[in-house]
Amino acid sequence: MSNKLIDLQNISKSFGGNLVLDELDLYIRENEFLTLLGPSGCGKTTTLRIIGGFETPDTGSVLFEGKDITNLAPDKREVNTVFQKYALFPHMTIAENIAFGLKIRKKSASYIKDKIRYALKLVNLDGYEKRMPDSLSGGQQQRIAIARAIVNEPKVLLLDEPLGALDLKLRQDMQYELIRLKNELGITFIYVTHDQEEALTMSDTIVVMNQGYIQQIGTPEQVYNEPENAFVADFIGDSNILPGIMIRDELVEILGARFDCVDKGFGENNPVDVVIRPEDIDLVSPGEGTIEGIVTDTIFKGVHYEMCVMSRGFEFIVHSTDYYPENIKVDLKVNPFDIQIMHKPESEDEKAVEIDERLP
Amino acid sequence: MKKTVGRLYLTLVLIFLYAPIATLMVLSFNSSKSRAHWGGFTFEWYLGLISNEEIMDAFRTTLILAFLSAFIATVLGTAACTGMQFMRRRYRSIIMGITNIPMLNADIVTGVSLMLLFIAARVSMGFTTVLLSHITFNIPYVILSVMPRYRELNKSTYEAALDLGAGPVYAFFKVVLPDLMGAVLSGFLMSFTMSLDDFIITHFTQGPGFDTLSTKIYSEVKKGINPEIYALSTIMFLAVLILLFFVNYRPHLDKENVKK
Amino acid sequence: MKDSRNSLVTAPYLLWSVGFIIIPLIMIIYYAFTGPDGSFTTRNVGDIIYFVNMKALMLSIALSLVSTCMCLLIAYPLALVLTQVVEKNSSLMALIFILPMWMNSLLRTFAWQNILERKGVLNGILVFLGLQPFYIINKPPAIILGMVYDFLPFMVLPIYNSVSEIDKDLINAARDLGAGSFQTLYRVIWPLSLPGVISGITMVFVPSLTTFVISDILGGGKILLIGNIIEQLFTQDSDWNAGAGLSVILMIFIVISMIITAKYDREDG
Repeated sequence: MSNKLIDLQNISKSFGGNLVLDELDLYIRENEFLTLLGPSGCGKTTTLRIIGGFETPDTGSVLFEGKDITNLAPDKREVNTVFQKYALFPHMTIAENIAFGLKIRKKSASYIKDKIRYALKLVNLDGYEKRMPDSLSGGQQQRIAIARAIVNEPKVLLLDEPLGALDLKLRQDMQYELIRLKNELGITFIYVTHDQEEALTMSDTIVVMNQGYIQQIGTPEQVYNEPENAFVADFIGDSNILPGIMIRDELVEILGARFDCVDKGFGENNPVDVVIRPEDIDLVSPGEGTIEGIVTDTIFKGVHYEMCVMSRGFEFIVHSTDYYPENIKVDLKVNPFDIQIMHKPESEDEKAVEIDERLP
Repeated sequence: MKKTVGRLYLTLVLIFLYAPIATLMVLSFNSSKSRAHWGGFTFEWYLGLISNEEIMDAFRTTLILAFLSAFIATVLGTAACTGMQFMRRRYRSIIMGITNIPMLNADIVTGVSLMLLFIAARVSMGFTTVLLSHITFNIPYVILSVMPRYRELNKSTYEAALDLGAGPVYAFFKVVLPDLMGAVLSGFLMSFTMSLDDFIITHFTQGPGFDTLSTKIYSEVKKGINPEIYALSTIMFLAVLILLFFVNYRPHLDKENVKK
Repeated sequence: MKDSRNSLVTAPYLLWSVGFIIIPLIMIIYYAFTGPDGSFTTRNVGDIIYFVNMKALMLSIALSLVSTCMCLLIAYPLALVLTQVVEKNSSLMALIFILPMWMNSLLRTFAWQNILERKGVLNGILVFLGLQPFYIINKPPAIILGMVYDFLPFMVLPIYNSVSEIDKDLINAARDLGAGSFQTLYRVIWPLSLPGVISGITMVFVPSLTTFVISDILGGGKILLIGNIIEQLFTQDSDWNAGAGLSVILMIFIVISMIITAKYDREDG
């Protein structure tokens, strides 16, 4: 996992005066499961389409194994795509769909037959050769779309929100399926989604994007536990984001109360943003915690209770397996390493310091 | 490169489509009555047009006929589509099958069949018979325009209106019709245009002394067409061109304003 | 939603279509199989074997087949170009399909006389460019040109509609899987646009087969198509039985052409 397989350099792209990608730099390593994560309109799909060859960037270049492929047509690239709505050819059988790329490469009939059988087995749909795409369920069409792409033995598989149209249960099953496929094939996956859970479950690397900028690149753990800024913290999981003042290293003041933390290097008396995950807040009896509050709302969520705690004008979200009724007075306590300190964003765009936390 | 070839091809086809139209426009300013050669520029035909009762009569008849037939066809066709929503699929497809007959059948067969009907029913040929015929071939255009829109329509808005206490008629006019309006309007325009341009069916169902522009032109083809007809056609064409230009240009302007 | 009372608003149209579509068709068939005295006969339909009628029918079939093929050859690339160059519902579409109709079609066909005749516009240009003038006016090629001109929009429109309905991602998927532009056209776009092609073919073939106007205007009155013969029987000779007989023959050809195209549609779709 060290070679730069794909290198996007200084990519900008706008549609009708709308800047979708702004000087984006990103590399993808061989054998990596990389996820582009962000809300709709953040530029993640455009990035994927630029790699696939369906869009040409306005500026910048795309390198594949060191060679410039910016202007190479899609049919000449060693990548294959699984489209959002599968894009199976409706006038062809499943076997014809899977054979499409192989026939164009003029492979022998017996090779094609073997490949179809192998691919269908891989996606657990043996015996579906003669069926038509519209007779298959969404999940099955999805698998065929993957089979159709991988028989061509691409070096990279691009997946554009492939699970978006499936229902929850199927989506979860397919997540494991995709991880298994990735491991069996040993190729690079570039995955686009707006679903943070999907991203956290499957990825080696997550690239969080917003408004055409990369907000953070890191492992799922890094992105979740150490969000680079308020956007990342807010987008990935529930979180309490509140302004604070860094008194000195390892001490932050929030809502007038002083909390111990583990972050250093933010200077002294500097304004910062503070993230505390709802599950990291302990509710304790009055007097035992750092800051006082009153429970305003309690909802049973199955695995835990979700409570709103009003404290000095800020409403904390707290997840806990312990039940606290409404209107009861409590204290809040947070372990120092559960407090995440972030730089204040410099502009409205929240253009983040593009820090790649992967080891080069 | 590919785009350039495409645009070139498009231009060639447009030249093909508009060559006769351009020719007619030029002829409408040709002072020589024989169309073979250019005799100099003139407005004579445009001025003469106003006092030419025969042509103006045919023109009025054509417009009234087109409007009436399109209007009645639109009402009948929209009502038919509405009723079909409440029908079983089988009956609906039978009706749609009948609707397709005038679309697929040859105009000449439709024309002579209606002619035979009017003769058998001893209706004297004239404005009424032509109007009935035009309505007949116009209704399918309305139905084929409105029916697909009904399929896309969200049925629950109608049911919501009923749920909120509206009667079916009120609900139709206040909730369903506004949603259909685009399709209804395009059905009307299609009918209007078809009626305006029809010759064959009018030819078989017209009576003596009755003329639309089409039948007038046909009767003059052999003896030579009065250039005043070119003048009238040029005016009609330019009027629609300008209208289309405005219709298409307005939303364009709006978009630009939003951007600012 | 199945309320029989509400479906009554269809009744006026239903009555109308019975009165003005079904009954007239029955009348044609009735006239076709009766003599002037009202007795049953197959003579009217049998008239087709006369040399004049047969020749006209064959010529009609030949000319309409040629013009349908030419329309397809011109329209298909045009539809492809249109889907790439224009947005849907743009004014260019109106320019091609709606606007020309506002100039009377008889006049537009008539204008081809001016363009094509011996000393017409086209030959004027050809001579000016030092090229050989050509004379097709009053000959079958002129009629074919008139047919292609009049009915081309009916071929372009359904093909354009079916091509523009093809999901862009299907085309992207074909490219992604290694197909070049031609392979994509041949393996994906063409088969998916077949329904449009089929309906275009019927919409051009039937009016070409049955026209009498185009042959009248561009054939100089010397070339008789089956439409001209039927028209004359009805309007000049007032021989409705004979006219109805040939009309029935025409309807048989229309039905046959529809069955053939419908069959192709099913096999490929």
